[in-house]
Amino acid sequence: MLRNIGAVGAALGLVGASFGAIAVSAGQPAWVPLVMSLAVFAGGAQFATLDIVLGGGGAVAAVAAGLVLNARLLVYGLTVADVLALRRPARLLGSHLLVDQAVAFARAEQDPARRRAAYFVSGGVLFVTWNAGTLLGALAGRAVGDADALGLDAAEPMVLLALVLPALREAGPRRAAAAGVAVALAAAPFLPSGVPVLLALLGLPLALWKTPVPAGGAVSAGKATEAAPGRGTELRAGLSESSKHSESSKFSESSKLSGPSKLSGPSKLSDSSKLSEPSKLSGPSVGEPR
Amino acid sequence: MTILWTILALAAGTYLLRLCGPLLHSRFEPSGRVRAVLSASATVLLCAMAAVSALTAGHGFAGWARPAGVLVGAALALRKVSFLIVVVAAAATTAILRLLGVS
Repeated sequence: MLRNIGAVGAALGLVGASFGAIAVSAGQPAWVPLVMSLAVFAGGAQFATLDIVLGGGGAVAAVAAGLVLNARLLVYGLTVADVLALRRPARLLGSHLLVDQAVAFARAEQDPARRRAAYFVSGGVLFVTWNAGTLLGALAGRAVGDADALGLDAAEPMVLLALVLPALREAGPRRAAAAGVAVALAAAPFLPSGVPVLLALLGLPLALWKTPVPAGGAVSAGKATEAAPGRGTELRAGLSESSKHSESSKFSESSKLSGPSKLSGPSKLSDSSKLSEPSKLSGPSVGEPR
Repeated sequence: MTILWTILALAAGTYLLRLCGPLLHSRFEPSGRVRAVLSASATVLLCAMAAVSALTAGHGFAGWARPAGVLVGAALALRKVSFLIVVVAAAATTAILRLLGVS
């Protein structure tokens, strides 16, 4: 786990460096990206807010965009609330470390102590590398060069996808995620950034539908759904065929819906073709145990 | 100086969003079913974040290079390749495609 945390930390350090470099290259003093990385510590919102400020969009719009992007943190906070059920100073400090990646690391663990360790170690490491990266990027400025030419923009989605892959082994969450991704991508061209990701939660009912949520045994033992590996394999064997089927029909449906409404023709088509990404990815892992 | 106030307002709002969950948790203990739903919603949000940031830039398509890189990285991740290699491979694929003129 520590090696994975180190790798994610290094990757986000690079993204932080590109954030610092972009801000300074655009003419901002070095303290702007630095204070932002320390006080906000949320990559997507920082990029979005900086973008609007640089574009002259106004402070209110910039803050609003950042907060909409960060609204998902509220849900994450509920997910890992048990990890932060500590005395006040630790809870107040620990809450600042709440980011996508720390949540992903924490929920990969079932034992309460390990959950907490995963959360605090990954959150702490990410806080350090994100800010160190921002500092280096701000100091190096233009010398960093074009972050896009280095492919650094692929690092953030890659980190998130790799972290969420294990959770996609379960049929219920996988269905919900596939539908949510479809909704988010269909909404992305039309709604302000951050809103499409929240709309993905509309796919949530599919996680419960037809899936016997272990309301008894595993959960009453104080564990989350992932805590039932044995049951998971049974489900996988039984449901993988039917769930794959329902997913693919859902995809074609949503791509039909979103296809014609998209404005800029051919480039947009790729969206719907890529919609199947998560399900394709989870496919082989589903078959693995058999 | 507006920029400082912008940053501070964003920071304060973000921190409050982070704090809501832990504060609510001390008031009531969520049931097993609620926890299962929360766990699934984290999965959904993480996937949506990954998909949106892999495929879109602003309101448009991000171009082929970035999603192609993520796809290569994901294929490696499924083969249990180490995390660092996965991320480096994704970035390298994207960078090479751009070098070759694929946006």
